Amino acid sequence: MKRQILVLATAGAVLFAACGSDSTSSPAETTAAAADTTTAAGGDAKSCADGKTLEAGSLTIATGDPAFPPYVVDDKPESGQGFESALALAVAKELGFEGDTVKWVRTSFDTAVAGDDKTFDFNLQQFTINADRQKVVSFSDPYYTANQALIGYTDGPAASVKSIADLKKLKLGAAAGTTSLSYINDVIQPEAEAFTFNSNADAATALDNKQIDAIISDLPTAIFWANAGAEFGGIDNTKVFGQFPLGDQGGDQWGLLFTKDNPLVECANIALATLASSGDLEKLTTEWMSNYTEAPTLPES
Amino acid sequence: MTDHDEGADNVSAPSRVPGQLTRREQWLRRRRRRSATVALASTALTFGIVIAVVTSSSGWPKVKSLFFDPARFKDDFPELLGYLWVDVKLFLQCAPLIVIWGMVIALCRNTRNPVLFPLRVFAAVYTDFFRGVPVILTIYLIGFGIPKLKLIEGDFHFLGFGGAWNSPYLWGPIALVLAYSAYVAEVFRAGIESVHESQRAGARSLGLSQSQTLRHVVLPQAVRRVIPPLMNDFLSLQKDVALLSILGIVEVFRRATSIKDKTFNFTPLVAAAVIFLVLTIPETRLVDWYTNRQRKRTGGTVIS
Repeated sequence: MKRQILVLATAGAVLFAACGSDSTSSPAETTAAAADTTTAAGGDAKSCADGKTLEAGSLTIATGDPAFPPYVVDDKPESGQGFESALALAVAKELGFEGDTVKWVRTSFDTAVAGDDKTFDFNLQQFTINADRQKVVSFSDPYYTANQALIGYTDGPAASVKSIADLKKLKLGAAAGTTSLSYINDVIQPEAEAFTFNSNADAATALDNKQIDAIISDLPTAIFWANAGAEFGGIDNTKVFGQFPLGDQGGDQWGLLFTKDNPLVECANIALATLASSGDLEKLTTEWMSNYTEAPTLPES
Repeated sequence: MTDHDEGADNVSAPSRVPGQLTRREQWLRRRRRRSATVALASTALTFGIVIAVVTSSSGWPKVKSLFFDPARFKDDFPELLGYLWVDVKLFLQCAPLIVIWGMVIALCRNTRNPVLFPLRVFAAVYTDFFRGVPVILTIYLIGFGIPKLKLIEGDFHFLGFGGAWNSPYLWGPIALVLAYSAYVAEVFRAGIESVHESQRAGARSLGLSQSQTLRHVVLPQAVRRVIPPLMNDFLSLQKDVALLSILGIVEVFRRATSIKDKTFNFTPLVAAAVIFLVLTIPETRLVDWYTNRQRKRTGGTVIS
């Protein structure tokens, strides 16, 4: 009997110890946050980034697999062709990396999301900044603000949509992981449950099959789909029937994604600010995105 | 126990005082308590060690906030529960069709008439094919591929079901039925082949035809025998319904990933796992109960 009591007592002690460790285990996080604030005073991006990258002497940038236009042309981010490709290279240059010192890697949405992935310095694939996500990862300041758009086939039910309220009656689809999906559920609130696809490509297939009436996506992607032929990754016989600014900031703000409290965030923000004040950011945006902003604006009702 | 004691009463000094336990009963009770205590202690110790190891790891605070966020769980669980009906409904649509189509394939495989040889070939090729191709691929190819053919457009109505001909809610379940009936057909075939040849011979000698033998002698025994493994397959089906989400259907798993994508927090996926457990554990117990009942009926040993 004595032995049993002893066993129970140890088990109990272990359990207590286990519970106790919850509250005492955050020193790692606090030190990381402290390191972050010390860099804020830094002058230029280049000296700021020194020694803070994943591998000394090179910058590792991640993007989607595949990456698609107008963000990356021909799935070749290293070429500088495409908005995000050009932007990433410009930021890299501000940080002091060019040519061979810039490495590209590919990540799925999920590996980027896990927040602990130390395979890249920053990741860009149209990540929208929001408060929930900022608890897990860090974002740079926004580099683009995108509206949402409605794309449907030319002779389909989407053609008669005059307002956001009209969208309720459509069979809508969106790709998983997009903020478009939350807008469908939170703002449009369609009568039939919206379809959610693994990828933009699957959503496009379903639209082409007429399994859904329309896709909600960010405006540049929608315009690309409607304008590029099927052989270039677009969807034939489709049209963008409208755009609508949604969200707190009047649209989706995209930022570079970093691991939580990465000290490099400050440097990237300095780089983005420099690009903005020199007019380079605007030039890049005009060069790659100006063809992707034209669509009628849908009123709320 | 009581019978035995009464017999003893008549012979010698009574060992049983009403309201008091015999020494043997006291001993048995002590032993029961002792083993219960030991079981409890060893369970507590095992879990305690596991919890201690996990929670003392350096990544635990991060895992805790990313996967076990109580506030998120409280928000997400009820919402996900609202999508459970989608999974259950898809399951209920598929299950009967799988039983019927699986049985048809099994019977084709077991035809003995030489004229029906092509049927046997068909069944063999069918089961080889659909058991060999990953279910998720079958769903993808059928769910997106067949509607792409644009053979029929418009809507259909059939026995209270209805919808567009190209709907994922139609082709998704069809893909699942095709894939799963291959497995179920093999289970049925195993059952049919497990019925001893003497049963057939006996039935034939009583003057039953080949098909009468099958219907009245072989199948009743075969089906009863394979119900536990069949239920196993249906448990698996209940979970695989989540695969239909790749066609765009929003059910528990898909809704959970959407919340995860929006918040970068994995707690909704844990909540989804809990929901699937809540659904499948009673089903598992039902299978166990049925298996035990069958063992009792057929004189087998009951394992509880």
